[in-house]
Amino acid sequence: MTTTALQPDAPETSHELRDTYHRRRILEWIALHSLGVALGLLFVLPFVFVVLESLMTDQQSLTRDLWPQPFAWRNLVDVWNTPGFSTWWRNTIVYAVSGTVLTLLSSIPVAYALAYFRFRGRNVAMMAVIATMMLPPQVSIVPLYLVWAQTFHLTGTLWPLIIPLVFGDAFTIFLLRQFMLTVPLAYLEAAKIDGCGDFRTMLRVVIPMIRPAIAAVGLFQFFYCWNDYFGPQIYASENPGAWTLSYGLQSFKSAHHTDWNLTMAATVLVMAPVIIMFFFAQKAFIEGVTLTGVKG
Amino acid sequence: MTQSATRPATRPVRRRRQTNPGQRRLRRREWLRNLAFLSPWLLGTGLFFLYPLAVTVWLSFTRYDGIVAPVWNGLDNWRYVFVQYPFFWQSLRNTLWFVVVIVTMRIIFGLGLGMLVVHIKRGSNLLRTLFYAPFLAPPVAATLAFVFLLNPGTGPVNTILGHLGLPEPGWFNDPHWSKPALTMLAVWGVGDLMVIFLAALLDVPKELYEAASLDGAGAVNRFRFVTLPHLRPILLFAAITGVIALMQYYTEPLVAGQVASGQIGGSGQQTEPGYPDGSTLTLPQLVYNLGFQRFDIGAACVISLVLFVLSMVFAAFLMRRGSGFLAGEEL
Repeated sequence: MTTTALQPDAPETSHELRDTYHRRRILEWIALHSLGVALGLLFVLPFVFVVLESLMTDQQSLTRDLWPQPFAWRNLVDVWNTPGFSTWWRNTIVYAVSGTVLTLLSSIPVAYALAYFRFRGRNVAMMAVIATMMLPPQVSIVPLYLVWAQTFHLTGTLWPLIIPLVFGDAFTIFLLRQFMLTVPLAYLEAAKIDGCGDFRTMLRVVIPMIRPAIAAVGLFQFFYCWNDYFGPQIYASENPGAWTLSYGLQSFKSAHHTDWNLTMAATVLVMAPVIIMFFFAQKAFIEGVTLTGVKG
Repeated sequence: MTQSATRPATRPVRRRRQTNPGQRRLRRREWLRNLAFLSPWLLGTGLFFLYPLAVTVWLSFTRYDGIVAPVWNGLDNWRYVFVQYPFFWQSLRNTLWFVVVIVTMRIIFGLGLGMLVVHIKRGSNLLRTLFYAPFLAPPVAATLAFVFLLNPGTGPVNTILGHLGLPEPGWFNDPHWSKPALTMLAVWGVGDLMVIFLAALLDVPKELYEAASLDGAGAVNRFRFVTLPHLRPILLFAAITGVIALMQYYTEPLVAGQVASGQIGGSGQQTEPGYPDGSTLTLPQLVYNLGFQRFDIGAACVISLVLFVLSMVFAAFLMRRGSGFLAGEEL
């Protein structure tokens, strides 16, 4: 009897249970997605406000208006035509491209040696690489500046920033070595049996296999040079003809006595290429960041 | 007997190995090969690390302005920096503040945003892109953007706060608000950490969450007993690399201070360091300030060495505690 008494009840309670469960799931879904929308907006709004400010007229940028009226598209053209701006662009591209190429060329063999060669002092070498990687550039700047200024007379140019990259970069060496360790040793042994020397093995076997990693590391170096502020500040500040975008941009507001609209227009022009590049190479970027931090 | 039998057996073998001309040539070739592959880095370490370090140590015991030859003055620079120079302890305190607050906030936001992206069903790719993009903004551009956004006169943030009837802080122009403003800037660029946490979160086996749910664990306990233990190595990595990055914290506070105060800056020009009220001053800025603006090179070298020692302490910590993900295999 008890079973028949219970039976009509049971489906109802479980139905109710499922209902409340369902409702909770929907509420959770809404909460999660509205939090996502809110935070997404918060992260994108700085870009939006900067772009809006960059399109305001001079008078309007002195007010607290948020929306440009009318749109002063000329600002972007004016900033582009500011004396020096195109020079900063050219210098930045020269520094970033040559820096990336030289760093990769000099760092790949070192990474190869640290990954595959067995020799005395290898662990010490690895530790030295990691230590240099973490060294603030300010530590050695004084003697280096003195040498570049007094011995080579190269201050006021970007050479003191480019030449050291011929000797490899600790961060690049470290990352490339980590990636090289993921190449199965069987490939290297097969190459050796086929009569490949180390140099040929590196060129023909290892480099093709870690191509995505080289792309990621190259991107990092490119961005490092592109964003570098301290280096150009130390070596190039005395000669505006050698300024890069990062250094020139900082002087923009005060040096040109402009209001925020033109400064933000310049900021937009400096940010835009990096963000556009990101959309084209999103995968390499995100893979690169992930691999640097976790894998290894 | 056995001893005398084995001894002659091993000795000639060892000697033959050492004197075999073929072996020797091979070892010589191997040595040359190692040298060839490593030469760029060996030269680089000598020229751009060991040599400058030695000179820095020497100059820290001299009076030198970059023009007249350096004069030995013993511990004068060290005494000056540690006892008289007012900005040294202030910038050390600032650095400590930045290390504690910014590293903590970046880890909280990096992990939080990563978890949000993992759990969200629709539009998680778009969201990931939005959270990541600010990380790519060049530091000078991002800093300028934030000085504009937060400027007390016409900045959009204070405009909105004003509309809402909330107080309007002075941000980069107020010594009490300049550090929080820099923290907001650092959190905006949290994309790199977010991506690292995201990858780690996706690596946690799903079965563990299911098992925990069956055992009656709620969301909080699932996070505490499943997620956190899996993330521990990455949390440690994020904390130590964060500390090292903030020891070098330079561009953002310097540019923010200079732009907010309307100074131009540049070599040889006197600027008020760490505007407002030295609240954004960090150790690397002192090197620039002393060495390249006041031409007190000896004192600048003292700061460089302090920075060097601090960085190496944390680097050693990372190598010892974090060698698992740093070295990949035995270090």
